[in-house]
Amino acid sequence: MKTDIEPTSSAAESPSKVRTRSTGRAGDKIFLGLSRGSGIALLVIMAAIAAFLTYRAAIAISKDEANFLTTFEWNTGSSPMRFGIAVLAYGTVVSSIIAMLIAVPIAVGIALFISHYAPRRLAAPVAYVIDLLAAVPSIVYGLWGALFLVPHLTGLYTWFDDYLGWTGILSYQGGAARSLFTVGILLAIMILPIVTSVSREVFRQVPKMHEEAALALGATRWEVIRMAVLPFGRSGIISASMLGLGRALGETMAVATVLSPNFLIETSLLDPGGGTFAQNIASRFKEAGNDGRDALIASGLVLFVITLLVNGAARMIIARRKEYSGTAA
Amino acid sequence: MSTVVDKNPARRASSLQQARLPGWAPYALVVVSVALGAGIGTALGMGNPFQMGLLAALVFIIASYALGAVVEGSRQARNRLATSLVWVCFLLAVVPLLSLIWETVDRGRTVLDGYFLSHSMEGVQTILPGGGAYHAIIGTLEQVGLAALIAVPIGLLTAIYLVEYGRGRLAKAVTFFVDVMTGIPSIVAGLFILSFWIIILGFSYSGFAGAMALAILMMPIVVRSTEEMLKLVPDELREASLALGVPKWRTILKVVLPTAIGGITTGVMLAVARIAGESAPIVLLVFGATGINNNPFEGAQSSLPYYIYEQWQLGNEASFNRAWAAALVLIAFVMILNLVARGIARWKAPKSGR
Amino acid sequence: MAKRIDVSGLTAYYGSHKAIEDISMTVEPRSVTAFIGPSGCGKSTFLRTLNRMHEVTPGGRVEGKVMLDDENLYGSGVDPVSVRRTVGMVFQRPNPFPTMSIFENVAAGLKLNGSYKKNELEGVVEKSLKGANLWNEVKDRLNKPGAGLSGGQQQRLCIARAIAVEPDVLLMDEPCSALDPISTLAIEDLIGELKERFTIVIVTHNMQQAARVSDRTAFFNLAGVGQPGKLIEIDETERIFSNPSVQATEDYISGRFG
Repeated sequence: MKTDIEPTSSAAESPSKVRTRSTGRAGDKIFLGLSRGSGIALLVIMAAIAAFLTYRAAIAISKDEANFLTTFEWNTGSSPMRFGIAVLAYGTVVSSIIAMLIAVPIAVGIALFISHYAPRRLAAPVAYVIDLLAAVPSIVYGLWGALFLVPHLTGLYTWFDDYLGWTGILSYQGGAARSLFTVGILLAIMILPIVTSVSREVFRQVPKMHEEAALALGATRWEVIRMAVLPFGRSGIISASMLGLGRALGETMAVATVLSPNFLIETSLLDPGGGTFAQNIASRFKEAGNDGRDALIASGLVLFVITLLVNGAARMIIARRKEYSGTAA
Repeated sequence: MSTVVDKNPARRASSLQQARLPGWAPYALVVVSVALGAGIGTALGMGNPFQMGLLAALVFIIASYALGAVVEGSRQARNRLATSLVWVCFLLAVVPLLSLIWETVDRGRTVLDGYFLSHSMEGVQTILPGGGAYHAIIGTLEQVGLAALIAVPIGLLTAIYLVEYGRGRLAKAVTFFVDVMTGIPSIVAGLFILSFWIIILGFSYSGFAGAMALAILMMPIVVRSTEEMLKLVPDELREASLALGVPKWRTILKVVLPTAIGGITTGVMLAVARIAGESAPIVLLVFGATGINNNPFEGAQSSLPYYIYEQWQLGNEASFNRAWAAALVLIAFVMILNLVARGIARWKAPKSGR
Repeated sequence: MAKRIDVSGLTAYYGSHKAIEDISMTVEPRSVTAFIGPSGCGKSTFLRTLNRMHEVTPGGRVEGKVMLDDENLYGSGVDPVSVRRTVGMVFQRPNPFPTMSIFENVAAGLKLNGSYKKNELEGVVEKSLKGANLWNEVKDRLNKPGAGLSGGQQQRLCIARAIAVEPDVLLMDEPCSALDPISTLAIEDLIGELKERFTIVIVTHNMQQAARVSDRTAFFNLAGVGQPGKLIEIDETERIFSNPSVQATEDYISGRFG
């Protein structure tokens, strides 16, 4: 804490003192300078991202005639401009929540499958397949979502409408299923790998002795999981979900390809419409003029802040868990 | 002690023998549920095998719980319920992956050939078949290459700083912000380069602008994976070298890095695979082009992800086919990088690690 | 309720590796039987076959018979879950559930059956903690996490957890090897009290401990590295330590190998 640089190991300390007078000295200085410089460069980039986005966003918001937070409108072509993020915030949050509701239970299930249920010969290939799911580019998910998933969901949505249409939020008027709900399903598939792999890692760290303690008390496999595995992994599951949420909030091209956007908040989640921050930026960018680009940057800044908060929370939970398990073990 | 025994006469009376379902019961149940799912599905007129599968899964879950509850008691039934749910979760996850790969291969191969790989879209009528993705492949390779050229040295050196030197507040801050950077949405990285490079500095759209955004996304991945690998290098190696009077920087270059090089290469390749599929910043910064532009520093370029998006937007059968073909090329590129990277990791794994 | 264990022709494997071979012995009820022998001789493995914990290890399987009074633990239709209910176990390192309080830890096994009222549960927890000589130390902080106790207290908490479900047999796998001498003494005293109610089997590396706590002692040995462990002899503890019938036992006890 006192100094920035200390040798990595105390054993390295004594030779390094002798060495400072030898020929390595200049090389050491240059090398340290380079590597520390890179670290600083990274910090500068982060600061620059925040600064430049804020700067352009401030310009845009100052030209905004409407309330930036509450307006249901995105009109940047006219002068004065009227735009607000209410619809985008709603669409982003709703689609991400749907994604979480679908993905987290399934991901925890798969993680348990890999760590506790699968026959040993199956566990490693399954983990590998899930990792492959993470490697598929988001635009390919988008293409698949738009050309395969959307047509295949109309049947399901009609069924929802027949039985649950009275709720209002699950009514469906027909037409292409390019709605926030479809986006939620697609996002769920996309965040499944990260939630699975982080949860799996946590489940694998559950000390064997706690599981054996439960077994020796005469617990079934499910009871072992409920007594020893899930309580131990709870904070890990939460942070895994938050990391997944961070991904879902910022996903751009898959949403832009699947969603049929408008600037309204529809009561029904199944009817096409709505929008998300990232999708709105990608979809409107080509037609936006100079002021329009700044307005989009302003909405991007909001997305940036939201994802920072979500990811920060996830990291904090992970860090606290590390301390906790460090002292307990 | 006797009070406890009295409280629980049922357990005392029962022997170790418990009524259990025979070992083949779950398999039989799978067959029955699939048959039922298909039967009911056809009766209700569901044409979709996936819906029938869901139905079969539902039947299986309920039946195994009910059967367990009747024969084995509630505790075993709950255990069976959990087991069947976990298996269904696994199957649910595999379905979309198989479908996605099947669709991409099946529809992509219709136009994917040598012509597609060696021609651009210059002068091609977009509603007609023909044309190719050569310009997009060139764009992707150049942008990803440039991004790696920027991100790898910075990422490597940062990781070296964190592992070999960093202990103070600066190192803590860097570690924290590397984590934060991992979570930046790709579109935000694009917006940053847009505001800084294009709006404020006044440069035009180019492959290089896209590469810078990709580099921002790549850096934290490289730092993280390199850090992990450097930490695996045992301290004894460093101490042995330092004790011989070798300066620290030469120790790092000649001892530490060569030991970890396999893992570092893997990390870099995985990072490349990750950003090769990024499309959001490309849409903002590269602007797209139909012709071949070999110069990433000047003028609009295309890239594979951008090409897929563009062809999808055109909205006709010929362009959809081109989009699928490009998706197939992109997936193949990413998967090959992944496989090679994992191969290297296995082959070059540090002997002392793990 | 303490039951007799009758093992005949028991062989246990890890995958294709044979860990112990052809072991037959009788464990008397309401007594302490100690297993001693050099590292790797399979005494812990053997212990784990007595409540079917061995098969939890990937690749673990067992041949032979273990009779608990008149029931074979490995008979067809026997549920390993109810076996473990009947044959409790205490492990080498204290392993209270880290997310549970002291009370919840003791009640954990009981709650699996789910049919207990709160005051019943309190009664059983108090009785088990008293049985484990821990009640006076923790009665004021039953809702604190079990992980906050000292190592010796944690191990007694684990014993309380194991006896709360009133098993017939209590297996202890080197229960004192992670503890300091004072905690060890407390556990040894406890074992002396518990044998009034349970059949106790204890694996130990410490021969003085075996001599102090056990009524009968079994000596295990293996012919060489990679060879399966075997039971060399089992007899009254006094005889094993004064006048064993096999030379190898005497060599081991007098410190000539192992």
